[in-house]
Amino acid sequence: MTIHPTSPQFKENAHAALGDRELQRALGHVRQAFIAKRAAAAEALPEFEALRDSARDIKAHTLKHLDLYIEAWEEKVTAAGGHVHFARDAEEARKAVLDICRRVGARTVTKGKSMISEEIGLNAAIEAAGLVPVETDLGEYIVQLRGEVPSHIIAPAVHLTRDQVEADFRRHHVHLDADRDISTHHSLQAEARGILRERFLAADVGITGANFLVAETGTSVIVTNEGNGDLTQLLPRVHVVLASIEKLVPTLEDVGQLLRVLARSATGQEMSVYTTLSTGPRRPEDPDGPDEYHVVLIDNGRSSMLGTSFEEMLRCIRCGACMNHCPVYHSVGGHAYGWIYPGPMGAVLTPALIGVETAGHLPNASTFCGRCESVCPVRIPLPKLMRHWREREFERHLQPATVRSGLTFWGWFATRPKLYRAATGLAMRALHVAGGARGRFASLPFAKGWTDFRDMPAPQGGTFQSQWKAKRGRPGTAA
Amino acid sequence: MDGRAAASRKPLRRDVRVGLFVTCLVDLFRPSVGFAAVKLLQDAGCIVEVPTQTCCGQPAYNSGDRATTATIAAQVIDAFAGFEHVVAPSGSCAAMIKRHYPELFADDPEMLRRAEELAARTHELVSFLADVMGVERVDAAFDGTVTYHDGCSGLRELGVRDQPRRLLGTVRGLDLVESANTDVCCGFGGTFAVKYGELSNSIVERKVGTVVGSGARTLVAGDLGCLMNIAGKLSRMGSHVEVRHVAEILAGDTEAAPIGSPTR
Amino acid sequence: MEGQARPAGDRRVSAAGDGSARDTVLGTVRRSLGVTGREAPRRDAVEARIALARPGVVPARGQLPDAERVALFCDKAEAAAATVERVATAADVPDAVARFLRDANLPATIRMGSDPALRSLPWHATALDTAVGPSDGSDINGLSWAYGAVAESGTLVLLSGQDNPTTLNFLPDNHVVVVAARDVAGDYEAVLARVRERYGKGLMPRTLNFVTGPSRSADIEQTLILGAHGPRRLHVVVVEA
Repeated sequence: MTIHPTSPQFKENAHAALGDRELQRALGHVRQAFIAKRAAAAEALPEFEALRDSARDIKAHTLKHLDLYIEAWEEKVTAAGGHVHFARDAEEARKAVLDICRRVGARTVTKGKSMISEEIGLNAAIEAAGLVPVETDLGEYIVQLRGEVPSHIIAPAVHLTRDQVEADFRRHHVHLDADRDISTHHSLQAEARGILRERFLAADVGITGANFLVAETGTSVIVTNEGNGDLTQLLPRVHVVLASIEKLVPTLEDVGQLLRVLARSATGQEMSVYTTLSTGPRRPEDPDGPDEYHVVLIDNGRSSMLGTSFEEMLRCIRCGACMNHCPVYHSVGGHAYGWIYPGPMGAVLTPALIGVETAGHLPNASTFCGRCESVCPVRIPLPKLMRHWREREFERHLQPATVRSGLTFWGWFATRPKLYRAATGLAMRALHVAGGARGRFASLPFAKGWTDFRDMPAPQGGTFQSQWKAKRGRPGTAA
Repeated sequence: MDGRAAASRKPLRRDVRVGLFVTCLVDLFRPSVGFAAVKLLQDAGCIVEVPTQTCCGQPAYNSGDRATTATIAAQVIDAFAGFEHVVAPSGSCAAMIKRHYPELFADDPEMLRRAEELAARTHELVSFLADVMGVERVDAAFDGTVTYHDGCSGLRELGVRDQPRRLLGTVRGLDLVESANTDVCCGFGGTFAVKYGELSNSIVERKVGTVVGSGARTLVAGDLGCLMNIAGKLSRMGSHVEVRHVAEILAGDTEAAPIGSPTR
Repeated sequence: MEGQARPAGDRRVSAAGDGSARDTVLGTVRRSLGVTGREAPRRDAVEARIALARPGVVPARGQLPDAERVALFCDKAEAAAATVERVATAADVPDAVARFLRDANLPATIRMGSDPALRSLPWHATALDTAVGPSDGSDINGLSWAYGAVAESGTLVLLSGQDNPTTLNFLPDNHVVVVAARDVAGDYEAVLARVRERYGKGLMPRTLNFVTGPSRSADIEQTLILGAHGPRRLHVVVVEA
């Protein structure tokens, strides 16, 4: 029921994405919008780097004691009148949600933005059960209309242009006047607001994700700018929170630390518009709020990441800064990655969740430029973790034979310095002659991936070491 | 480092023994960078030696082959034992030795000690000149507008950013202009450039866009990998922007044709 | 409600209807962490951490004398696209609200909760129609009294309950929030300490809303538009005394 990964076709996906002019136009907004805003927000807070350390330490500590924090949190949720449903995998999580929906006789289900919901393929399951799931985050609503998954973890429709959204609204909102003007960002947003407002008021069950679960109080925290997550959890009779196990944090103060880096890293805001702390169902004296509060606590592969080098990935707070700063994401957008989580965080997380046999391209399709790590609010060493996946692939012989044999050939020489010097001396002189007076190659059969797109500068002829030897006598001597 | 700290190191020792880690790309493709590095080091008062060497091991390391990488790293650790400093005209190779060699030997205390010891005395060329040798100006001339690209490893793993700009600023006749997004990767990434050629190309396309947009006549950087990638794209586009390693400009050694340009 | 009918001891449910999912998840976590047999010190560490609730790194920005702290709050709220008015006393609030609605060409009606701090104000002196209770979505304007505010980021803190129903924070197109200057704290931690004092350690109201500016989205081409699903306007009235 979860979406079928196209990660094995990453190269084909990337090729299609690079040729998609609308997508390339839309990606221009990613390259522009986020980076300067994050930099300005970080610059404006002298304690920002110290807060990143603090955020990293909070998550690392929690993961080391995750079993105990889950138990403490569960006790508080229950004491507040809420229910905790453990789910080992996607199927159990879907079943937990559907059981709740069936028991309360739900027909319409509104949803706040939740990546774990995408991961477990919840919408398809809700539809298959004859209910109507309605995504209410504007970006999520748009991608739901299109039958797509989000292409970015905080900006789901960032791969689309305004013109495409207008066309989607005209195709789906057929009950509205065909002559209406929805050519502006403003009018598109207003139309979605009107349509979704009715859905909010009609929904029987509201499903949100959680940015954090607080062990101290049994609280779930969501962070949004639109307010859709709040209307989703506030108006229906039943509020269901979907959260993966690594969302736990010890205390409210820890939430304060994480909030200070979350919005700044994500959108460059100091604080997102709505940060909502929810604890249990409505109280007897409350005039509004849901009668029932459930949390479906989902593992789906995460507990096995603990104790491995990929434990560090579980610190991720889903801000999206890594993809906002990633040159590969900038080139191809999120769908090319072929599953739910794109960009550098996806390149590390996806192989852990669906297998490195399926997602092996993702940790390889990186230049290791390190910009992701340099902006990660919880300092996840993303390039290092991508390299660890490459090591696992190497150990398991999962790389293409040509890559492996080329590497073996090169490694054989690189570990034999004298042979290396002799062989490279000859090869470089030959290449220099072949390069001729142009000083570059327009085509090299063994490096087509390079020369299909750019020239290969020719060697100057004669290696440095051979020239040094000629000038100074034997190699290894002083100048 | 501020000017005063540099000046305090000014009475230079003339006997600093440096092992040049020339890097495989410079060794094979552009020896002139190696000789420029030697000149800069000697001008700064170093005695330069070049032990027999191959490569830092990055191709194997980044392909997941830790065993081969460890063999190569051990070879480098042996070859450069005893030098006061080890200097590479590359942020990427210097970072490999400084930041990643110790990771390779986490389970081998003796090799870990040796790897950390080598890491502590290994430097990228320009930051070594500026931060360790206290070089504040170079004796070189270059007529033209130059823009500097920050190689990713040098910038983010070693903090090389201001040093090359500061020294380029002392080259007579050189007009330094900033491109947009100098901190963004050029798309090289070692084997990435061949394995994911089309993707790499799209990244370098944006990079050369910013280079051309800067109006500079010459692009320089501290890593030959980036330079070959950017030069190859510029020449394929028919651009006349020339590409050189920062060491060549700082050494005043521009006799060799620019990277990827016809020999003179 | 189903949960209330369940025996008190039965607080563990799983999707499978038994304890197996819970046991498996917690068991795998423990196995992966390799912590079997080291329970006591780990439990102590967790209990101490929760008991102490240390504040961590608190930005110096909000640590200001009273007047400057309130001024910072106003600046930051405006930076987040809220509008702010400062009045001398609570008795000035009805006039300020009426003026805000008139200036924005909004109908002279407003809904609020049963908070005595709001109900006791001289609304009769204005031409406003006031209504009391939670919103059903048909209100244009809503009014709340904030539990507190945070100067650091221009954030309002609102608690659920009869006094200030949460629906008023989200359903009306325009949200007016009154906050007493003395309740403007420097940072989140100071407000959380007050919440803890009021509800007890480890306890919370059903909903605590941090609100920083009016609703917005940039989901279409990263172009920021106010008024996505929540209020299009957020007007803050700071009561000095």
